Amino acid sequence: MENNFKVEIISPEKIIFSDNSTQVTIPSYEGEMSILKNHISIITFLRPGIIITNKDDGKIEKFFVEDGIAEFNTNTLIILSSSILNIKELSKDFIDNLSKITQDKLSQKDLLDHDRYVLNCKLDVLKEIRI
Amino acid sequence: MPSLDDLKKRISSVKSTQKITKAMKMVAAAKLRKAQENAEKGRPFSEKMNNIILNLSKSIVDKDNASKFLVGTGKNNIHLCVVITADRGLCGGFNTNICRKAKNYFDQIIKDGKTLKIFTVGSKGHDQLKRAYGSYIIEKVNFKGFRKITYNEAEEIGNKIIKLFQEEQFDVCKIFYNKFKNVITQIPQSQQIIPIESIKKEQEEKKSENFYEFEPEENEILDNLLPRNISTQIFKAFLENAASEQGSRMTAMDNATRNAGDLVDKLTITYNRSRQAAITKELIEIISGAESL
Repeated sequence: MENNFKVEIISPEKIIFSDNSTQVTIPSYEGEMSILKNHISIITFLRPGIIITNKDDGKIEKFFVEDGIAEFNTNTLIILSSSILNIKELSKDFIDNLSKITQDKLSQKDLLDHDRYVLNCKLDVLKEIRI
Repeated sequence: MPSLDDLKKRISSVKSTQKITKAMKMVAAAKLRKAQENAEKGRPFSEKMNNIILNLSKSIVDKDNASKFLVGTGKNNIHLCVVITADRGLCGGFNTNICRKAKNYFDQIIKDGKTLKIFTVGSKGHDQLKRAYGSYIIEKVNFKGFRKITYNEAEEIGNKIIKLFQEEQFDVCKIFYNKFKNVITQIPQSQQIIPIESIKKEQEEKKSENFYEFEPEENEILDNLLPRNISTQIFKAFLENAASEQGSRMTAMDNATRNAGDLVDKLTITYNRSRQAAITKELIEIISGAESL
């Protein structure tokens, strides 16, 4: 089955994930996007959301990101993010805390449309996560 | 000629110094392993980031409207130098090497009649530079009391630089740090982060080979990505610096331990000689006293 491609998820501190995948779903700036093999070369921004990677052996790994950038080129997907966590490592406290901070920021008045959009996305995603 | 007592005291003091330097070497060696690991783990991120920016900038057609971080302000008058050093001394030539490299560059800028602004990160660099270039220093930051420097700290400094840039306080920004090559060699580096230097060169070499789709527009991505790249480059400099500092300290302390050992040997010989001389002198006195009777 030759329909897998290389995926690397990198944070400033270390390489978080490096494996072959058959499909990766990323929360791109303008909506969720799934990437399969031989996708066109693309560079896109990430908004807060969840990255889902379907590994070769059928297992699924999920990561929570706040921001970042993804590049797909010649069947290699590289995701760079300074705020990325494996869903398994998330704790309830962390999510509650982040939700609260986000909510506080949203209640500020002089917010740009862009920031408001990102914060709303973050809040929606945080609500969806179940541990 | 120092007395026997003095020699004894000196020997024991050198020995206890040797113990300290030996302990510091051990500590540095243990920290080095960790710091080196971190530095190596951090490299892919900044490399990939550079790659993406390179690919992006290749596909930008409208150079005049491109982000200022990429093409600069078009002027070359005010230079901001970010000198990244350690907060602690006793690490050989580590801090001095960075400062020397920076000073050379400062003199060049002053000679060319351009305006110089200095941003020091780490207290040792500030101490060394404030005497000669005190009036140019506009900002100083140190991380005394921090156990570990994380990406957040780098981002903080990055944001400060970006703010200064947006206020048009400078045209060109360079960072100075030590690149970790191996335990014995650390190379002082200067890297231009605004406008991005490496891209300019490579851009001329190869014109766009592969086409990318962008989401959102190229310029929008670049506007967002370039400020983040600054934090990334600074964080990389931090990691390299941390590894270099420990490596440099380890080498320096190893040398100090060895020197202390040599000194102890030398002092012991002098001590034994003068003890022997004292005994001989006493014997001569006794014998010649007995003879004269």
